[in-house]
Amino acid sequence: MQYFVQQLINGLTLGSIYGLIAIGYTMVYGIIGMINFAHGDIFMVGAFTALIVFLILGALFYSVPVVIALLVMMIVAMLLTSLYNWTIEKVAYRPLRGSFRLAPLITAIGMSIALSNFVQVTQGPRNKPIPPMVSQVYNIDGVSVSLKQIIIVIVTALLLVVFWYLVNRTSLGRAQRACEQDRKMAALLGVDVDRTISITFIMGASLAAVAGTLFLMYYGVVAFSDGFVPGVKAFTAAVLGGIGSLPGAVLGGLLIGFIESMWSAYFSIDYKDVAAFSILAIVLIFLPSGILGRPEVEKV
Amino acid sequence: MAVTVSRESDSVATPTQRALKEAFYAGAIALGLFVLFIGLKTGQNMSNELVLTQRWGLLAAVVIATAVGRFLYVAYGQPFMANQKIANVATGLLPASVGSRFFTLPAFIVAVVAAVLLFAFNSSLAGWVGAEPAGYLQFLRALAVIYLLACVIYYFRAFIHANFTKLGITALVLYPILVVAVLSLNAWSIAGGLQGSLKWVDNFGIQILIYVMLAWGLNIVVGLAGLLDLGYVAFYALGAYAYALLATQYGLSFWILLPAAGCMAALWGVLLGFPVLRLRGDYLAIVTLAFGEIIRLVLINWREVTNGSAGISGIPKVSFFGLVTFNVSDPNYIAKVLHIATSSAYYKIFLYYLILGLCLLTAFVTIRLRRLPVGRAWEALREDEIACRSLGINTTTTKLTAFATGAMFGGFAGSFFAARQGFVSPESFVFLESAIILAIVVLGGMGSLVGIAVAAMVMIGGTEALRELDFLKQIFGPDFTPELYRMLLFGMAMVIVMLWKPRGFVGSREPTAFLKERRAVSSSFTKEGHG
Repeated sequence: MQYFVQQLINGLTLGSIYGLIAIGYTMVYGIIGMINFAHGDIFMVGAFTALIVFLILGALFYSVPVVIALLVMMIVAMLLTSLYNWTIEKVAYRPLRGSFRLAPLITAIGMSIALSNFVQVTQGPRNKPIPPMVSQVYNIDGVSVSLKQIIIVIVTALLLVVFWYLVNRTSLGRAQRACEQDRKMAALLGVDVDRTISITFIMGASLAAVAGTLFLMYYGVVAFSDGFVPGVKAFTAAVLGGIGSLPGAVLGGLLIGFIESMWSAYFSIDYKDVAAFSILAIVLIFLPSGILGRPEVEKV
Repeated sequence: MAVTVSRESDSVATPTQRALKEAFYAGAIALGLFVLFIGLKTGQNMSNELVLTQRWGLLAAVVIATAVGRFLYVAYGQPFMANQKIANVATGLLPASVGSRFFTLPAFIVAVVAAVLLFAFNSSLAGWVGAEPAGYLQFLRALAVIYLLACVIYYFRAFIHANFTKLGITALVLYPILVVAVLSLNAWSIAGGLQGSLKWVDNFGIQILIYVMLAWGLNIVVGLAGLLDLGYVAFYALGAYAYALLATQYGLSFWILLPAAGCMAALWGVLLGFPVLRLRGDYLAIVTLAFGEIIRLVLINWREVTNGSAGISGIPKVSFFGLVTFNVSDPNYIAKVLHIATSSAYYKIFLYYLILGLCLLTAFVTIRLRRLPVGRAWEALREDEIACRSLGINTTTTKLTAFATGAMFGGFAGSFFAARQGFVSPESFVFLESAIILAIVVLGGMGSLVGIAVAAMVMIGGTEALRELDFLKQIFGPDFTPELYRMLLFGMAMVIVMLWKPRGFVGSREPTAFLKERRAVSSSFTKEGHG
């Protein structure tokens, strides 16, 4: 039982990170119907920015309180990563809007390759380890919970609340939901569609940047190629939850996190990704539009 | 009158002002993007801790270059392109007016003279000016030759355009012979020519043709049936491992295993397709991606069979139907049979023709299938799935046949790949490969065989050519490794080509059924399908 609870906590931590990334995928998909393949690399850029900010802080100040360091890392990472995603949308996706469906997908794959190789070229191909930032571990009734995990879950929960408020209670969120349902109609009713889409990319990137910072804090290491696997898993999570649905993305992220930690605990750690992908396939066979997704209406 | 004058001054002044503004914004954005990534570099110090080194000079250079580039583009590039568009609505890749200005007779003569002189005095020049400028001279020589070739192509463009397929196949058939002939002349010995041809036949010829074949195989799934498959590399891996395992364990011949690997890949295509083909569009895409990853992970982790990440080595070479082999120790080694000098180039040339044959087979099957009812059903499915269903086409079997046929060609290419490398490992079958193949299909223009071949040549040949840019070391210093920038440039090229031609190189489609004469269907009349 304790072992099970332990795995549950590990899964929750992983799932929070996946959920944060998955929201970026699902929002972009919901609003312009494209798979933003570069999103995983946006997450990696976020983690790398956090790493560089961490090193700058270490070089400038003798010692910085961990909370402040984390906050600064997150904020700078959010800003810069948003700038990246904004630029990518503007340069690579916007000119192809209204073009045929695969064109933006190909530019997204191209951007993904370019981004990870840009980081490789400028920062070197090796793993970048940092000294552990937070190392307290609490032992509650035989279950060990590290402070890192608590931070990850709390930050994710806070962000999700803020995010939920933004999407459901502000005029910006209303504009986003309007664009999602019918872009042409929204434009006719005075919604600035281009701006809304830009903001969607910025929001997705900020969440991915936070996920990147948390990833760096949790694992203490990042490399230029680290965007791909979490990216694919987060995308899997978004599809599993029903792509286009925001609660679905979080739910899918948590599910993928649980599947992964349970599978590696009870079966085999080598096949944890195989398990995650197989469950995706099985779920999609029975629920073709994900768990919380709306079934597609076929129009003739 | 005064109004017109002020208008004129407006239209003259505004582009520059606008360009300045745009350049400023571009510079500011570049500064934001690059300040941490180019301005600082994380490196390890002696005690293995991360330290930052500062590179503000490089950052300033990149930012200024971005701003200047943006300025030039907005101030001169955009108006120029707009003018060109007005002048040449109908012409294709290169506007004719630019072409005729760029490829002129005097320049052609200068290039001929320069190339001949540089070729003739190659060795003496190197001794005369020293090693370093000789590198530049060789670069100049290459430029002159490329310019000459471009001139010839430009001059005969109408003829080339009319007979592109025939000319292309002829060029591909003659390619290894020409390479060996040119290099033999250059080295004054046939052995030297054969040795030098290794790189050209193997790195360029075979490598490009493998991607052509893969892209043509994927074209059946994506281009004809309109099913987005992001895990095509899985079938490639299945074919490669099928050949590698059966050949090393049971010693079976390539000619038996080639169809076997194809069948196995097709079987897996059916197995995968059966449950998931009910899914639509992007859901299908993610499941195929997942399938590709599953295959790769199983290959890594099922160590008893696949030997894990270490891969399988010592895969036997292909023989010419058992009559002639390419192992030096065999009694019927090609050099012994034909009484010629031993060289490793024969095998590469043989492989080149083998993959060329496989490619042509793929193309032939694709062209024929398009005219069969099943091919027409694929294309109908791509254009409108609902209409298809209402007309009584069984969409599931139609999709399955497309999936299986595409997978089969992937399997063929895979077993060829294993035979060529002599070594397979899961490293070769990452998602990036699927992405590259898909990119080639889309960049070439979905459904167009010629366009896809051109796209493969440009993208794969281009990245292979980047390996050869050693002369850049003389400009940027010996630490500069152009190979590092290979994939960066590849990714950017994907974006740029897609922005430039969103429909791919060949956007139009050839109809398979027509009333009196065959006319290409313009890309604006074709839908992409969403099944």
